[in-house]
Amino acid sequence: MKAKMLRKVAGLAVATAMAAAPAVADEDAELVINGEIEIVTRTAAPAHLDGHLNEVISGWVFRSDRTQAMEMDDFDNPGMLFVDQARDIWATAEGSEGKSCADCHGEPEEMAGVKPVYPKWSDSAGQVMTLQMQVNECRTERMGAEAWGVDKGGSIPMEALLSSVSRGMPMNVAIDGPAQETWEKGKEIYYTRFGQLELSCASCHEENYGNMIRADHLSQGQINGFPTYRLKNTKLNGVHSRFKGCIRDTRAHTFNPGSPEFVALELYVASRGNGLSVEGPSVRN
Amino acid sequence: MASGVKPRVKAPKSASAGEVVTLKTLISHKMETGLRKDGDGNVIPRSIINRFTCELNGNMVVDVTMEPAISVNPYFEFKAKVDATGEFKFTWYDDDGSVYEAASPVTVG
Repeated sequence: MKAKMLRKVAGLAVATAMAAAPAVADEDAELVINGEIEIVTRTAAPAHLDGHLNEVISGWVFRSDRTQAMEMDDFDNPGMLFVDQARDIWATAEGSEGKSCADCHGEPEEMAGVKPVYPKWSDSAGQVMTLQMQVNECRTERMGAEAWGVDKGGSIPMEALLSSVSRGMPMNVAIDGPAQETWEKGKEIYYTRFGQLELSCASCHEENYGNMIRADHLSQGQINGFPTYRLKNTKLNGVHSRFKGCIRDTRAHTFNPGSPEFVALELYVASRGNGLSVEGPSVRN
Repeated sequence: MASGVKPRVKAPKSASAGEVVTLKTLISHKMETGLRKDGDGNVIPRSIINRFTCELNGNMVVDVTMEPAISVNPYFEFKAKVDATGEFKFTWYDDDGSVYEAASPVTVG
């Protein structure tokens, strides 16, 4: 598999050496954040991907050197601005109960290890919950506060904060037991061709990662780095919004952020990255 | 005052005499250009930070005039020669008259 990747990269280098190339990533670079958090950006694929992928690779590997460098230092990572925002939200009491996140959970750092296992089956809710849904359950059930919209309001900064304290831990979402049905549904969506262009997620992110789609360097579409600060829109982007953008680009009617379809897809795509480090908030183009 | 403005500074706490150190600053600010229109076609008024300065012990290190083409959350990285113990003073000037300040002490030893 590594050979396959290298071949693709070699082909790419030849193709782009001719023209003034878009900045092509250094495929062997290693990601260490702040000189201390070591991030696994490529590792053996989880067992359920047998026959599909041998190695899973973080989107960071596919980005240009300068974009990669921005993620190596929290000061240079604009996504950390939103993490700072969320720290303020974390400590602010809201809702009818007059409680803040900190009143029950203490410091955000105590939530390390939460992000890697989400989306996760919840017995009480009887469904698979994304991290944003779980935060909202806390807000409505325990704080008596209003729920945030999907990828709106405080949802994204809070997800970024919870992700930032888990950086370096391996993604490890459960796909068996009660979550299996949802996972299967997500898998079906992943391999279904949508839109006038008749593209499935797999068409680009499994069969053609490493290649260029016009000016874009296709990654594996891993979501271990979400929420992601994108240089193109200078804000943090949520997974569901990204899914929506991708499906829109196939010229299809998309599912809505927060829909059961996207929750299932998030679980499935997250499981494809089991073993990669939590990286969010990451920086991408 | 524009909402959500928060200055951040990364500067060394110590330096040897005469050393040239690297300073990084970033301020969260929406930097509205004044060229965009909202959904109803009305111009969204300009709201940017128009000047940024850094001083060390009363000496100006940089004095930057900023224009609307500068991106959201402006980031500056520059160098300063440190001769004596003192304090870096960073100041951002907003279009609306607000002034945002940050300071970072530096020890020569």
